[in-house]
Amino acid sequence: MMVEIENRARATLVAFGSAICLGALLWFSGPSPAIAASGGHPNLSAPVNLKDAVSLQRGAHLFVNYCMGCHSANYMRYNRLTEIGLTEEQIKQYLLIGTDKVGSTMSIAMRPADAKEWMGKAPPDLTVIARSKRPDYLYTLLKTYYADDTKASGWNNLAYPNIAMPHPLWQLQGLPELKVEDKQSHGHTVQVKSTVPGEPGTLSAIEYDQAVGDLVNFLVYMGEPWKVQSNRIGIIVMFFLTILLVLAYLLKVEYWRDIKH
Amino acid sequence: MNAIVSAGQGLLGWIDDRFPLISTWKYHMSEYYAPKNFNFWYYFGSLAMFVLVLQIVTGIFLTMNYKPDAAYAFGSVEYIMRDVSGGWIIRYMHSTGASAFFVVVYLHMMRAMLYGSYRKPRELLWILGCLIYLVLMAEAFFGYLLPWGQMSYWGAQVIVNLFSSVPFIGPDLAVWIRGDFLVSDATLNRFFALHVIALPLVLVGLVFLHLVALHEVGSNNPDGIDIKKKKDPVTGKPLDGIPFFPYYVVKDLIGLVVFLMVFSAIVFFGPEMGGYFIEYNNFLPADPLQTPAHIAPVWYFTPFYAMLRAVPAMFGSQFAGVAVMGAAVIILFFMPWLDRSPVRSIRYKGPIFKAALTVFVISFVILGYLGIATTDVWGKMPAAVPIIGGVEVATLASRLLTLAYFAFFLAMPWYSAIDKCKPEPERVTG
Repeated sequence: MMVEIENRARATLVAFGSAICLGALLWFSGPSPAIAASGGHPNLSAPVNLKDAVSLQRGAHLFVNYCMGCHSANYMRYNRLTEIGLTEEQIKQYLLIGTDKVGSTMSIAMRPADAKEWMGKAPPDLTVIARSKRPDYLYTLLKTYYADDTKASGWNNLAYPNIAMPHPLWQLQGLPELKVEDKQSHGHTVQVKSTVPGEPGTLSAIEYDQAVGDLVNFLVYMGEPWKVQSNRIGIIVMFFLTILLVLAYLLKVEYWRDIKH
Repeated sequence: MNAIVSAGQGLLGWIDDRFPLISTWKYHMSEYYAPKNFNFWYYFGSLAMFVLVLQIVTGIFLTMNYKPDAAYAFGSVEYIMRDVSGGWIIRYMHSTGASAFFVVVYLHMMRAMLYGSYRKPRELLWILGCLIYLVLMAEAFFGYLLPWGQMSYWGAQVIVNLFSSVPFIGPDLAVWIRGDFLVSDATLNRFFALHVIALPLVLVGLVFLHLVALHEVGSNNPDGIDIKKKKDPVTGKPLDGIPFFPYYVVKDLIGLVVFLMVFSAIVFFGPEMGGYFIEYNNFLPADPLQTPAHIAPVWYFTPFYAMLRAVPAMFGSQFAGVAVMGAAVIILFFMPWLDRSPVRSIRYKGPIFKAALTVFVISFVILGYLGIATTDVWGKMPAAVPIIGGVEVATLASRLLTLAYFAFFLAMPWYSAIDKCKPEPERVTG
């Protein structure tokens, strides 16, 4: 009788457990809150590796030279870049703009109000852009620009059509063009759009891909510069807690020895 | 009075002559007899208290550098995470702690539902718990505005606008809450005040009362039987009771360490939890001129948000939905009087109650999912279907599940009375 009751109680628990697992499965299989490309172009996967200091350094260099003309990174300090293997001397020599000090934040001279007047919309601060827009969005965005004379900026984007920002890396990539092909699929004619190399830039296609990867890698680093440190501390914490768990368990067993069930 | 107390010697004696230290310790810890058969579900009460302390302590450190000002709030959070030593750990502990609080509180409430801990004589204990839950929701809501991101801003905008659907006084009420015609600096300042001082005080007070009530009536247990009925004839102590200190203190320590392992894994390896604990769009600073395409509350509110969206507008007003959402929380308060089963614990309740509780839990979880997803997540009913043709499947599902949620409570007086229960044991079954 008792055994039967216990089994039923357990069965109930199992039922609730499965209900919760089912729910969890639903939740996590649901639509990712990450922003999907709106132009019907699939997101490309960004090659993020926060331990690749050389990639991060190249990314920082690209960021300062190609993004900071318009975009600030107001919450990031230059001297934090010593974390990715640069010396303060190197930061001063290669990255600092104008009168900035090595302890300054990565701000720009253009005021948001002016920017709004000049461009219609102030370019957003990029410190945490990789956290809001996600790395794949940024990587895809920077690889799907094409020259479009019908646009005021002269640029359009395959994944994000009618984007306000002109191609920031065009000197590196050159002038990619839109290619529209009619393809037969299941008896229907579908238009397949892609970008093809046009007038060449200073980098080859492979070098450009790597440069965009480095830049996105840097943006991810800048969004959460403590990430590598966090993972390292996390492992130590988990190790410590595992030992504490064993001790806590042994303590409980010792105290509960005299409790009769 | 034992010898130590009456002797009044030493520092302890000095204090005890002036303050009921030893008797309080005995009453609440070393001579508080808890049933010896607590299981997994009984960890979450002490864990909820731990998380409360964690939130208060991390919150104190956050206020040292946070600026409740629409122009600086977003930046000050980044400043805390970047330029304050250990700031990112403190902030992630606080943001993860918010979600953890709801996880442990939901499981704690689930325990009460499973084992009938809300039944006589614990009605007041349950009501105090429901009040804690209600205040916790307000506390989380006010706190979520403080990082001043897009989701903070628009989430607050949506929730405050709910009050404007109240008949007659609604629009004025919403302005009164915001202190402005839209969510603004004034709103941020008052939400900050409510989040860091007003509600934490209420919360701590309620938790104190919750514990006082618990220790007055004694803890329930997985068998739902009263351990005070079988006492040792010599000592007068419950035969199935063991002192909370040291037995449950050392047992809860295990629960705490396991909790800390899960908690730390989230804090150190993925504090955003895939966008469920910290929404990605909240890394965009609040912009009153740009409404995000998809506004979803944080996961712990989504079951109620799904109910809100499920109820169609009536007489040109969304008030019906707001009322349903409010009722979904308020109805919890009445559980002690809705359940007419002769037994407390699910172990001895009949199949109808078990089925009802299972349907209730599944409804709540799926509603939670639907509250975070867009309403077209499951597509639309085929147009050929009569009446419901063309209606979004998720909206239909939300309506059915909302009905199931309420049916669990409203039909309880009936189904709990006719259910075929099993006899309760004389003593706890371990």
